[in-house]
Amino acid sequence: MRKVHFKGVALPYLLLLPQLVITGLFFFWPAGQAVWQSFLREDAFGLSSEFIGFENFADVLSDPSWLEAAGRTLVFSASVAALALGAALFLAVQADKQIRGADTYKTLLIWPYAVAPALAAVLWLFMFHPNIGIFGRMLNAAGIAWDYKLDGDQAMLLIILASAWKQVSYNFIFFLAGLQSIPKSVLEAAAIDGARPLRRFWTVTFPLLSPTAFFLLVVNLVYAFFDTFGVIHSLTQGGPGKSTETLIYRVYTDGVMNLNLGSSAAQSVILMILVIGLTIVQFRYVERKVHY
Amino acid sequence: MLRRREIALAGAGVALAAPALAQSGPVEIQFWHGLAQPLGGLLEAIAGQFNESQNRARIVSSFRGSYPETMVAAIAAFRANAAPHVVQMFEVGTGTMMAAGRAIKPLHELLRETGVQINFDDYLPAVRGYYSLADGRMMSMPFNSSTAIMFYNKDAFRRAGLNPDQAPRTWAEMRAAATRLRAAGVEIPFTTAWPTWTQVEQQSAIHNTEIATLENGFGGLGAELRINNPLMQRHFTTLLEMGREGGFRWGGRDAAGDALFANGQAAIVHASSGARARFVRELPGGVANLGAAMLPFYDEVPGAPINSIIGGASFWAMNRGPAGGRNEAENRAIAEFFAFIARPEVAAKWHTDTGFLPVTRTAFEQVRATGFYAQNPGADIPIQQLLRGGGTMTGASRGIRLGGFTEIRTIMQEEMERALQGQQGADAALANSVQRANVVLRNFERTNRG
Repeated sequence: MRKVHFKGVALPYLLLLPQLVITGLFFFWPAGQAVWQSFLREDAFGLSSEFIGFENFADVLSDPSWLEAAGRTLVFSASVAALALGAALFLAVQADKQIRGADTYKTLLIWPYAVAPALAAVLWLFMFHPNIGIFGRMLNAAGIAWDYKLDGDQAMLLIILASAWKQVSYNFIFFLAGLQSIPKSVLEAAAIDGARPLRRFWTVTFPLLSPTAFFLLVVNLVYAFFDTFGVIHSLTQGGPGKSTETLIYRVYTDGVMNLNLGSSAAQSVILMILVIGLTIVQFRYVERKVHY
Repeated sequence: MLRRREIALAGAGVALAAPALAQSGPVEIQFWHGLAQPLGGLLEAIAGQFNESQNRARIVSSFRGSYPETMVAAIAAFRANAAPHVVQMFEVGTGTMMAAGRAIKPLHELLRETGVQINFDDYLPAVRGYYSLADGRMMSMPFNSSTAIMFYNKDAFRRAGLNPDQAPRTWAEMRAAATRLRAAGVEIPFTTAWPTWTQVEQQSAIHNTEIATLENGFGGLGAELRINNPLMQRHFTTLLEMGREGGFRWGGRDAAGDALFANGQAAIVHASSGARARFVRELPGGVANLGAAMLPFYDEVPGAPINSIIGGASFWAMNRGPAGGRNEAENRAIAEFFAFIARPEVAAKWHTDTGFLPVTRTAFEQVRATGFYAQNPGADIPIQQLLRGGGTMTGASRGIRLGGFTEIRTIMQEEMERALQGQQGADAALANSVQRANVVLRNFERTNRG
């Protein structure tokens, strides 16, 4: 790779400056504030504050309802990732075939990614609301007692579906690109050897797709952990009971609604450690796997 | 030699100073509120009238989202030394604001310092009591107040063979009516908006039962939630049984239940009296089909019913931030704005436009004299209900003043949801609410000691 050498240090730093300022201002500064806040006990108005060390962390980690939320988040994230990856892979394989109007399908499949999470949730609400949603009414008319506002399992199912649907497009693009980069000669060789399409998929295509799949798995988990707030907030607000309260939603309820800043900050820090961990795993793995 | 940069800086200084000079006329008062349209527009119109009525102060209104969002925004602004002069705060935030120390400017202090007079004796006791200290000194300016009442669909009552002019008075009658409505094919005989406000807070008040110790928290930050009492056990059992029989349907948290009544699906709803305007507009059959009545009670409870309590919001004067307060001109402008909204004609118009309460007796009499209640039957139900039982409030019916009450309401709603899902009984729902809420109360006490 050709390297460009600048004379002196002023210009390169100047060119880097906008990005550094943005990163510092919008990432490091708030993150630092959160870490500092997590060691304090403070009233909402910030008039009295007391340094209490790790007490907020101890409270959070020993709170059974936080641990329940953690378990729920795992179930939710795993389901969202599995569903979004499975559906996207299926669609990508279909769209990769020689079919008429493939470009149209591809474009249509990418659309949902451009829908904001809150809007996506409203779309699902209009479909599945027990009283005003078209499918909600159909389910009730068919004798299935559908009321996600009172049935926790149904609420969970709904936010999983809505969140996964949003992510299918993103996965689809990556899978499609992954599929198109698989050399045709390898597949043709397998075909000449007598492998049927399904066998070709599992023994040739899928292994060659695995770096993409792993990358997407991490991205999807991070998405389900952190970016599903809008969907949950618009559809269930964490209810009924606490049955759709994930960790990120809890950070919001405790911090913004309940004004319990110390606890909320401690929870954010725990989540930050988690996402840093996930990112490290991803980079190490992807770096190693990229030269297959 | 003057360098170019210095000239530029000097220029910028002039540019910054210019608007400040131009503004030396009226004092600008930032006013944040949490009312969406159409209510927000009506409120901003009142601020506009105040601006036109004098030239010393100018209210700059801005809508900051829902009540909780407005509260959070004001708190964040205070921390950043940029709090609004006046913020509209829902009744649930009252406990938090009262404990906010130098973040707020108590109303009685503001009026004393500025010499502006507002006659609070004219205010309905339930309204005055909610926003005053135990010794009667006012902390915030009451504005849009409502109470929970019962609305019912007269057509549905007729279909079920019930008298459309006689709403159920007691819970026994409620249950019988719900059974008849259900048998007549009404999908949702009874639902409720604001489930904890209508079913826990109001029901406790009208049965003269405290929901928390120390007179519902008016006596200090050491209050404990006590809804695991015989009255609430009886009431939760009633709701759960009605739920199983199909007589009661959970309409969702907060105001979600309103929609089920507005579209004609539910025959009875317990809702804010401020929902009247919406129901008149949206309910199939309009105002002729809309019945209003006082909340039902258990007639076997001695002394019941007494007055219900209010909800809604009040206006708080805030200091700029941890570093500073307000100058004399600003305080004076805030006090004059408050005196303006206390005028009977302003309160009366707000009441007839929106369905919120006429907060003063004079306003009520003015509206009555215009014949408004004769033309709008049921519009005076909220006032009658606030004065039920003679209108002398008790420690249980003055209001609720608990810190972290937003969170406590959420807790109670969660436990109600779990009970209605069949995951726990009435006793467990109440015990869990009490146990979880008391953690919140103790945390609040601890952080607000100083």
